[in-house]
Amino acid sequence: MTDVTPYLIVSAVLFSIGATGVLIRRNAIVVFMCIELMLNAANLSLVSFSNLHGNLEGQVTAFFVMVVAAAEVVIGLAIIMTIFRSRRSASIDDASLLKW
Amino acid sequence: MTATFVVTAPLMILSALGILVVRKAVHAALLLAVVMINLAFVYASLDAPFLFAVQIIVYTGAVLMLFLFVLMLVGVDVSDEVTESIRGHKVASLLLGLILAVVVLAMIGQLSLGTMKGLATANGAGIRGGGNLEALANLLFSRYVVAFEATSALLITAAVGAMVLAHRERTEPKSTQAELARERVRAYGENGLHLGPLPAPGTLARHNAVDTPALLPDGSHAKQSIPAGLHGHPKSGAAIEAKP
Amino acid sequence: MVSNVLPLVIALPLLGAAVLLIGGRRTDSWGPYLATLLPIASFVCALVLFVHTLGQPDDARSQSVHLWTWFEAGKLNVGADLLYDQLSSLFLLLITGVGSLIHVYSLGYMAHDERKRRFFGYLNLFVAAMLTLVLAANYLVLFLGWEGVGLASYLLIGFWQHKPSAAAAAKKAFVMNRVGDMGLSLAIALCFTTFGSTSFDVVNAGAQHAGETTMTWLGLLLLLGACGKSAQVPLQAWLLDAMEGPTPVSALIHAATMVTAGVYLMVRSHAILDAAPVARTAVVVVATVTLLWGAIIGTAKDDIKKVLAGSTMSQIGYMMLAAGLGPAGYAFAIFHLLTHGFFKANMFLGAGSVMHAMDDDVDMRHYGALRRAMPVTFLTFAMGYLAIIGFPGFSGFWSKDKIIDAAWHEHWWIGALALFGAGITAFYMTRLMLMTFFTDRRWREGVHPHESPSIMTGPLVVLAALSVLGGVMLLGSWIQDYLAPVVGEPPEESSGAPAWLISLLAVLVVAGGVALAWFLVGKRPVPQAAPTDVRWPVAVARQDLFGDEINDTFVVLPGRKLTGALLEIDRYGVDGLMTGGPVAVGAFAGIFRKAQNGFVRSYALSVLGGAVVVVLALMVVNWQ
Repeated sequence: MTDVTPYLIVSAVLFSIGATGVLIRRNAIVVFMCIELMLNAANLSLVSFSNLHGNLEGQVTAFFVMVVAAAEVVIGLAIIMTIFRSRRSASIDDASLLKW
Repeated sequence: MTATFVVTAPLMILSALGILVVRKAVHAALLLAVVMINLAFVYASLDAPFLFAVQIIVYTGAVLMLFLFVLMLVGVDVSDEVTESIRGHKVASLLLGLILAVVVLAMIGQLSLGTMKGLATANGAGIRGGGNLEALANLLFSRYVVAFEATSALLITAAVGAMVLAHRERTEPKSTQAELARERVRAYGENGLHLGPLPAPGTLARHNAVDTPALLPDGSHAKQSIPAGLHGHPKSGAAIEAKP
Repeated sequence: MVSNVLPLVIALPLLGAAVLLIGGRRTDSWGPYLATLLPIASFVCALVLFVHTLGQPDDARSQSVHLWTWFEAGKLNVGADLLYDQLSSLFLLLITGVGSLIHVYSLGYMAHDERKRRFFGYLNLFVAAMLTLVLAANYLVLFLGWEGVGLASYLLIGFWQHKPSAAAAAKKAFVMNRVGDMGLSLAIALCFTTFGSTSFDVVNAGAQHAGETTMTWLGLLLLLGACGKSAQVPLQAWLLDAMEGPTPVSALIHAATMVTAGVYLMVRSHAILDAAPVARTAVVVVATVTLLWGAIIGTAKDDIKKVLAGSTMSQIGYMMLAAGLGPAGYAFAIFHLLTHGFFKANMFLGAGSVMHAMDDDVDMRHYGALRRAMPVTFLTFAMGYLAIIGFPGFSGFWSKDKIIDAAWHEHWWIGALALFGAGITAFYMTRLMLMTFFTDRRWREGVHPHESPSIMTGPLVVLAALSVLGGVMLLGSWIQDYLAPVVGEPPEESSGAPAWLISLLAVLVVAGGVALAWFLVGKRPVPQAAPTDVRWPVAVARQDLFGDEINDTFVVLPGRKLTGALLEIDRYGVDGLMTGGPVAVGAFAGIFRKAQNGFVRSYALSVLGGAVVVVLALMVVNWQ
């Protein structure tokens, strides 16, 4: 018999922190980590809602989110590796040629 | 339930804030691991044992490890500079993050969602009257089977894609052992390069890292004793002068 | 009968012009002769019409002929209408008669010119246009003729195209005429808005009832038009330059006919002038200024044609003065116009004859003692000379004295000025005669003056006879009575100086002028080259009383400045606006593109910003 609101609050806060992290951090891998953080926050709210409504739909969705996140991490890190091989730098500020 | 939450919630938030501020990427990865494990506990407290397990095994165990591997390959010590290169960016980002948090929290405050029902009945809806796993499987392979198949296709594509990205195309045929041996002898003949294997890294009393150089008879460092990728690394032992 | 013959009068010279100009080189051999015959045929028609008109009673002499409807535009219905009345009958005779004589003269004068076919074509065109002008029954057809004579004048002044001075003179004449034409166009527009029609009978009938301000404006605008065409001050500077054209042109257009079109316009619009005293005063002022202006210029010129041109300007001033004096003077204006046409054409053709003998030299300082070498020219020229100075008995005496008389009765000092002008006229005409035909021989090397062929002296004789006998028109006040139905009854003679006193004064003044010329020019030897150290009046007169300089300062310079300013506005304002748009866009783009700094994080920032905005919007919309 508890309120779902604290869980949602925590989820919102984690999401915002993740979003800010994406913008602030310069290491490409840490940016990726912050994206993972955002996905986890979303998972938390999904699971909370599944508990709220009393069915497992939320959990199934959270499961799918995890799978997709895994696939995304694989590709993303492979890309970062490739870039690092040619540029010898993992800072996302270095990929700034598409500018005025 | 609530107790778990009371303990884990502050930990999660603090760790997340830590990810924002730590300088070394490895520390950020470890903090993320803390967040994820705490989340697993929260899932467990929310009647989602399967997700609790999957969170630890897949997310923390596989995904985060993948992160750490890549960090290792890229450079463990690479750290962000403190100063911001784009003017006003940090302030704007923090402000925007704050606004986002405030707005979403305000939205949540607007909602009246009712009390949580708990998943006792839902978990009991499994095939054999079993628990969460069976119920999930029931849902997954009946109603969400198409999404399931699509996701599996996605995973296969991701794996293939990673292979493609990581692949290095050979532009010339691989050198055979005979060729390599010939090269070695030629180098010896022309440059006096030592014909035998490279010296092993030195192991002194204080360091046992791979980047500690071996000492030559006259006390100077043997450059070849350190792996090539670590040459010139600022913290590598190659920079440490051996005490005579 | 009138309606059949009248269009013929215009059509014949027009046909001549068309055949010669469009026919081209094929007509070179016989063209000039055809072109001479056609105005003679028109003259015969005019004579027939005149005799027919004389046979009619007074009130039935005016007849209009509607040829076709020219155009209809809204409420304005303009017909190609011709009006034959007493006024146009006299003009018809003058134009076709003097025109034919000049055509005959040109056969001799232009015999050696290889472009003479064109010359005769243009002359015929001029005659046709001038006839259209005087036969018009409404202002628009008059305007058509007005423009036509302007065109012919341009073509003929610049006939010797290879001479830059001739081309410039033609342009100058045309442009200054244009200024006058502007006045006439505005007058026609004003006519239409006031009376709803530009027809003379409508205008003349309604003039007394329309407001005086409107009539004043109308009168002033018509005066502007007349000034342009008749070379009155302020639009007088082109007439002396127009002497660049061949002498027959100067005789026909710039002495006898075209320049008198302004006077015709004034007399035709007498109803408007009668209804607007202010406009009439303006006419008198302009005329008085011009008659003195032209006379002063004429005294200082050494070019024989320029002296005669100055004299023309002055004599037309007399005509305009008479026209400005109201019903008392209209008939005399026309009378003087006719006599002036005779003696001025006579003198111009005589000058042409002298020039022909002196190898086309116009400088009187190279003439002298020509009366023995060219007796016929001398005698005919002398007839014209006596007429213009107003020797008693000659035609000019009668016409000019009547004008001075009418002026004196209006205000004595206008009469005095006119008298003074007569004196100056006597002076410079005597000077011309003395320098050309008397005094010593100052001929250049290789010049052997001889009499001109009879084809040139024939017209001279006819015109000389007319100069002598033209006064017959005044016999029994014939011309006043003849024109009275058109221009109004002249008022009764008011008390004041009697006519014979005025005539006596005039003769005395003229004698004084002749004597002065005799002493200053006849007694002393005439220097071959014009003396340069002269007193300031002579220098000023030589400069045409600074006519060109005044035009330059008040018109040309401001005009150039205005054009330059407009050019600047166009280049920087309008073009700037057009090109400035793209430039501004480019500048803005230059500023805004800095937002694309290439950093992924900046782009991510804007994405998050957008997301926050969307969330906010959702929240605001769904607030409870």
